[in-house]
Amino acid sequence: MALSNVLESPASGFNFDNAARNAAFEGLFEEGHPPKPMKTGTTIAGVVFKDGVVLGADTRATSSEVVADKMCAKIHYISPNIYCCGAGTAADTEKTTDLLSSNLTVFSLNSGRNPRVVMAVNILQDMLYRYHGQIGANLILGGVDCTGNHLYTVGPYGSVTKVPYLAMGSGDLAALGILEDGFKHDLELEKAKELVRDSIHAGIMSDLGSGNNIDICVITKQGVDYIRPFQESEYKDTRKPKYKYRPGTTPVLTKKVVPLKLEVVEETQQRMDTV
Amino acid sequence: MLSAQNFGESGKMKEYHYTGPVEHRFSPYAFNGGTVLAVAGEDFAIVASDTRLSEGYSIHSRDSPKCYKLTDTTVIGCSGFHGDCLTLTKIIDARLKMYKHSNNKTMTSGAIAAMLSTILYSRRFFPYYVYNIIGGLDEQGKGAVYSFDPVGSYQRDTYKAGGSASAMLQPLLDNQIGFKNMEGVEHVPLSKDKAVQLVKDVFISAAERDVYTGDALRICIITKEGIQEQNIPLRKD
Repeated sequence: MALSNVLESPASGFNFDNAARNAAFEGLFEEGHPPKPMKTGTTIAGVVFKDGVVLGADTRATSSEVVADKMCAKIHYISPNIYCCGAGTAADTEKTTDLLSSNLTVFSLNSGRNPRVVMAVNILQDMLYRYHGQIGANLILGGVDCTGNHLYTVGPYGSVTKVPYLAMGSGDLAALGILEDGFKHDLELEKAKELVRDSIHAGIMSDLGSGNNIDICVITKQGVDYIRPFQESEYKDTRKPKYKYRPGTTPVLTKKVVPLKLEVVEETQQRMDTV
Repeated sequence: MLSAQNFGESGKMKEYHYTGPVEHRFSPYAFNGGTVLAVAGEDFAIVASDTRLSEGYSIHSRDSPKCYKLTDTTVIGCSGFHGDCLTLTKIIDARLKMYKHSNNKTMTSGAIAAMLSTILYSRRFFPYYVYNIIGGLDEQGKGAVYSFDPVGSYQRDTYKAGGSASAMLQPLLDNQIGFKNMEGVEHVPLSKDKAVQLVKDVFISAAERDVYTGDALRICIITKEGIQEQNIPLRKD
């Protein structure tokens, strides 16, 4: 049966439709500074344990040096048995994972089968290679399917690595230190969650691009446990709302009242059945 | 890697040519982050800074305050490139000693500010990458704040924020201390306790949204009794 895709793959390998437009676009901005896309500046990690896969992520999204979102969700749903953590440009990770999820849903409806993690990986790799790194998405894919528990990473240029544990994002070196030290094959669930939590915590403390809370997603044959937040940041926002402004603090300079002329066109009554 | 830069007008590919060896310039500056704030009151001055020293996305130190005590009535806050901050404060200390030995008296805040302006301008064509704010008491015992740019332009203010989170702090100070953009509000003179509380709140807010600000807050309160220091923890993530 032919595989159908949500969006048609282009007939030839590379698509440069937008390249001329982008070149013209860049000239429109002052000093040749086009707007910078918002990066997530992240720590994400994943570990394969005895009964499945644990994925973890922090929740800070930065726009260069300013925190844009303190509670952003970096663990994306792909299919009931596959979840994906995304680092890099926020829009790219969102849209790429959405597209992947749609494609896999169409596949499972067509074939009546649960999608496998390798399929997700191949679709992602295909798409990211086609765009030659212009899509800045560093993804960690984890899932459980009929062939076992799998953890993959896909880079922005389309590289794929299959590993039992890994970390990505700007805080990856800090997180990897903890993972390298604590990882063993066939960990128990609680130990695996602890390990991922510790590695994300290391990323949050050592990396300026990561921070706030920790999200964890546990995927097993029985189902998915998406714990958001797994651990709230110990730095609570304790600012008291004591900067109050009396009504009238902002001066009203002019006032213009425009009455809307409304006329009744049709009036209907609908009875509701209430018990 | 093929990219949009290879396309000129009308979508035709530009002529491919070898650009030759590319020289990567060594940059003598680095940005080490940090935020500094100074407020002048009727008979006190406050200089506050966070204590985080960072570079890129890494943290060098969580305990590197940016306020330096110059005299019993003057504190300077320096943020920007840490190497230049250290050298500049050493130079200012040496000049203060020289002044003391020649003139047999300590430099006043206004004099230190004027001197710093000439020190900074002497390096007009290879500047000290430092954003300075001096806080202290003037000859009449009133609070004084002098804010500088990296090449020595300065002015006396009532309050000023400098460093990485300055754009976030300055509007709030304009509103709460300068009573800007408000109408019908009684202009109560700022008390020392209210000013300290405001500084703490404002830094907690800055630490929430600026990645380079955090770890701890060092507040130096300058009164005619002397300089009192307070340390308040901030977000460490």
